[in-house]
Amino acid sequence: MSKPLTIAMPKGRIFEEAAELLKNAGYDIGTGAEESRKLILEFPEQNINVMMAKPMDVVTYVEYGAADIGIAGKDVLLEQDRDVYEVLDLKISPCYIAVAGLPGQPLSRIAPKIATKYPKVASDYYREQGEQIEIIPLNGSIELAPLIGLSDRIVDIVSTGRTLKENGLVEYEKITDITSRLIVNPVSYRTKSDRIDPLVEKMGEQIGVSS
Amino acid sequence: MAKKLMFEKPLGMRDTLPFFYNKKEHVRKKLTGVIEAHGYQFMDTPLVEYHETVGKMSATQDQQLFKLLDQQGHTLVLRPDMTAPIARVAASQLKNEAFPLRLAYDGSVFRAQQSEAGKPAQFEQVGTELIGDHSSYGDAEVIALLIDSLKQTGLQEFVITIGHIGYVRSLFEEVMPNDEEAVETLLSYLYRKNYVGYRSYVSSLSVPEEAKDNLNVLLRLRGGEEVFEEARALSKGQAGLKAMNDLKQLYRTLEQYGVASYVQFDLNLISHMDYYTGILFEGYAPNVGALLCNGGRYDALLPSFELNASATGFAVHVERLLEALNGSSEVEKIAICLLVDDRTLKQGLQEAERLRNDGERVVIQHRDQVANIEGFSRKFKTVIDVDKEGVKTDE
Repeated sequence: MSKPLTIAMPKGRIFEEAAELLKNAGYDIGTGAEESRKLILEFPEQNINVMMAKPMDVVTYVEYGAADIGIAGKDVLLEQDRDVYEVLDLKISPCYIAVAGLPGQPLSRIAPKIATKYPKVASDYYREQGEQIEIIPLNGSIELAPLIGLSDRIVDIVSTGRTLKENGLVEYEKITDITSRLIVNPVSYRTKSDRIDPLVEKMGEQIGVSS
Repeated sequence: MAKKLMFEKPLGMRDTLPFFYNKKEHVRKKLTGVIEAHGYQFMDTPLVEYHETVGKMSATQDQQLFKLLDQQGHTLVLRPDMTAPIARVAASQLKNEAFPLRLAYDGSVFRAQQSEAGKPAQFEQVGTELIGDHSSYGDAEVIALLIDSLKQTGLQEFVITIGHIGYVRSLFEEVMPNDEEAVETLLSYLYRKNYVGYRSYVSSLSVPEEAKDNLNVLLRLRGGEEVFEEARALSKGQAGLKAMNDLKQLYRTLEQYGVASYVQFDLNLISHMDYYTGILFEGYAPNVGALLCNGGRYDALLPSFELNASATGFAVHVERLLEALNGSSEVEKIAICLLVDDRTLKQGLQEAERLRNDGERVVIQHRDQVANIEGFSRKFKTVIDVDKEGVKTDE
C-alpha cells in the first residue's frame, strides 16, 4: 500500500462545505471531525489522512509538504505568497477584502494609517494606488481601530457587511474577491499525481472546471 | 533590537556538526565521483562577486542577494548560485578553449531574507555546466548524468519533471501574436503555480473560444511521452514544432541512456520567469517537501557575458538530498582510542603510527585528562588501555 494522501482541512465554518466537496469527489471524511478534538484523522480504507488545521495555517502545512493537499482561503494565499499549486477555485465561502472606515473621513495627508490582518494585501493595494501608507497589524476586531482613532482605514474581510454597519463604518473600495482554493504541494503534485490528479478532476467537475 | 546571545547565528545560517559533516561528505563524494567519471572538470570561483555583473546576471531575485561594499564603494554579492560565476569564467579565461566545455562545481551559495525554518540562507550545491552544445543530446547528457548521480547516492525514489519554455511561449504567441503583455501575464501565472488565476485570465482574453480551450488544455499536458501528440496538436507554429522535436529527441536519447523511467513531462512547468531558454527540469523525491534539484538550458546567459555560446546544466541541493536519503543520525564509531600515561606515551605513539599506516583512525588520549572514562569510551569503536593491556610489539 502506498503512503496515505494527507489532506489539510480548515477547522471552522469552511469545513462542512469543503468536506461535502471531497465526499462528492469520492473521499468521505465524515462529519465527526469537527466535534472531535483529534487533530489527525485516519481513513485507512480510503488511504487518506486528514489534518485539522487553523485556516491560516493550511497553506503552511502544504508548502512544507506536511500535507499533500489542502483547502485554503484566497486571502491567506494572497497574504503569504507561498510556493504551492493553486489548482481549483472551489467557490465556497465567498467573501471579499475591502477598505472601510468612518463615513466622510478623508485619508490623512501625512502617513495614512491602515489597520489590518492582511499587511501584505493592504500595502500591495495602496502601492498600486500610488499611496504610501503605514500598517497597524491587528489580529481581530479590526473595526475598533477607526472608531478609537487608531487608524484612518481598515482593510478586512467582508462577507455580509453587518459588522461594518453595526459599528457605523462604511465600505470605501473593494480590493478583491475571496473564495476557498484547492492547493497542492509542488512535490506531491509530481510524486503522487496518481492520487492527486483524479481527485482534482472530480472536484473540478463539481464546480464546472474540466482539467 | 535584543542583544544577541552567545549561541546565536545569523538568520538562516546553520552549523554542520560532525555526524552531519560525515554524512554530507559521503553523499558529496558519491555525487562528485559520478560527475568526474563522466569527464566533467571541477572548478571553483570566489564567494564574492560584483553585483553589477554576476549579481545581476544570476537567476536569483535581487532582494535575495547578500550585498556588501568594498573599499572603493562597489556593491559586492555573496554568490547566489554557481552558474553565473562559471559563465563569467567560461566567457573570459576559458573562451579560447575548444568547446564544448564540461565543467562541474561543489560549493556553498547564499540567498538572503529567508526567515523561515527549512529555508537556509546558505546551502551547498553540486552541479554541472555543459557549455557550447546547443543540441537536445546535450540536454539528455546532463539529465542522464543527474539521474545517474542521484542513483549512486542510494536515492531510490525520485522523479525528474521536464518542460520546455519554448513550447509554452510559442503556444501563447500563436494565440496572441502581438500582445507581449498577455503572454508575460500567462507565463507569470504558470510560474506562480496559480492555475485558478491562469484560467480566469484566459477566460477574460478576447480570443476565439477554441484558442481559450487550447490554453486551458496546456494545464493538463503532464505525463509520459503520450503528451507529445496532444501538445503538437495545440501549437502549430515553427517554434512550437521545434520545441516538440527537441523533447521527442530528448526522450529517445534518455531511453538510450536507460533512464527514461525516471522522467515525466509537464509542458506548463516554468521554473523561472526569464532565465531558461529551452528544455528545463526539476527533480523531486517523496518525503522532501521542496525541490531536490533543477536545471535546464540557458542560452542567453553566456551572451550577456559577451560570449556567443549556449549552455545547459543542473544543480543538486545537497542538504535536501540528505533529507531525502534520510539515513540515521548516529555518529559512526570509526576511530580507535589509545589511553596512555606519562610512562606509556612512547609505546602508544608507536602503536598509533602502526595502526594509522594500516588505515585506521587513531586518537591518543592522556588518561589524566579524561574525567569520565566510561562516557568517553563510548565514542570509539575500540579503546585500548596501553598500560593495562599492553600492545603487541612490532613483528
